[in-house]
Amino acid sequence: MAILHTVNKSPFERNSLDACLRLAAKGSSVLMIEDGVYGAMKGTEKSAAVDSAKGDISFYVLGPDLKARGISEDKLIDGIKVVDYSGFVSLTVDNDKVQAWL
Amino acid sequence: MKLGIQINEGPYNHEASVTALNYCKAAIEAGHEIFRVFFYHDGVNNGTRYSTPPQDDIHIANSWSDLAKEHNLDLVVCVAAAQRRGIVDEGEQERNGKDGNNIADGFRISGLGQLIEAGIESDRLVVFGD
Amino acid sequence: MATKKFMYVNRKAPYGTIYAWESLEVILIGAAFEQDVALAFIDDGVYQIAKGQDTTDLGIKNFSPTYSALGDYDINKIYVEKESLDARGLTVDDLMPLKWEDEDEDWAEKDSIKVVSADEMKALLDESDVLLNF
Repeated sequence: MAILHTVNKSPFERNSLDACLRLAAKGSSVLMIEDGVYGAMKGTEKSAAVDSAKGDISFYVLGPDLKARGISEDKLIDGIKVVDYSGFVSLTVDNDKVQAWL
Repeated sequence: MKLGIQINEGPYNHEASVTALNYCKAAIEAGHEIFRVFFYHDGVNNGTRYSTPPQDDIHIANSWSDLAKEHNLDLVVCVAAAQRRGIVDEGEQERNGKDGNNIADGFRISGLGQLIEAGIESDRLVVFGD
Repeated sequence: MATKKFMYVNRKAPYGTIYAWESLEVILIGAAFEQDVALAFIDDGVYQIAKGQDTTDLGIKNFSPTYSALGDYDINKIYVEKESLDARGLTVDDLMPLKWEDEDEDWAEKDSIKVVSADEMKALLDESDVLLNF
């Protein structure tokens, strides 16, 4: 029973990423979309929280949203996989349900 | 799979509608069925036919109308949310004594039960919002 | 129609935005569909069920009494995250005492609200079939 969690807000604007990491079970997936992609960047005050969750949770980030914001893939936390919209759809199908942390 | 889509925000103000549009296109391409797209809260504002965005930018309402036409999608605008925000079809115009209507092609106004049904009948419900 | 476990996730404060009220509208309509319904109040969502709301000076509708009616709609699984209460200096006593009547126990009045830990909330989310967010 794995959940696909989506986070669409910057961790500097909202607590959505924090709430997601607090309530995402081991074995679930987190996909950062829209402004949520800022949560995937290394070297920020929020990077450590994502880094330490990597053992239990699979992290993904939506490529088109990274590109729109001028974030190159070398700026991302290690181990976060970049997916496109078809990858977003696949993640939806491969998990049991979607929890949108708005 | 059958996918239910919930969109909570209007066009342009938030990215939600565009993300949902791109998601739906990818889902259709992958062979999935979009059971219903339900527009709630300010999402009802995606269903106006009076939007005139700049020519060099995406026309979000038309994009939904076109996608609906091409793939026979069910685009539903919540009646209560629409009444609050002034999205009106002919039926609502008559019922509420308005002097016109503004619903875009391919959209229909209906009740919240349509969202619940989408949750029941779809294999996955995906929410796009703020 | 199949029966699914619906979880309505509420994370936003009331009145500053419409999400609290419009999500209640979904919950009330949804009650007619005989699904297995639960509500989760997390983060600022806990403020939605705070006691003593009075909107008179704002001139807008006070919809908080509607939460008290949920028991009549057979909605009695209301989970409030402890960590969210603690962070905001609140306890269950700051919340409206939402109740339901158990017809299997001679209509005994029971509390609908259960304060749960983050770990328990995690499990509740996992057990659900459909997660609605506003």
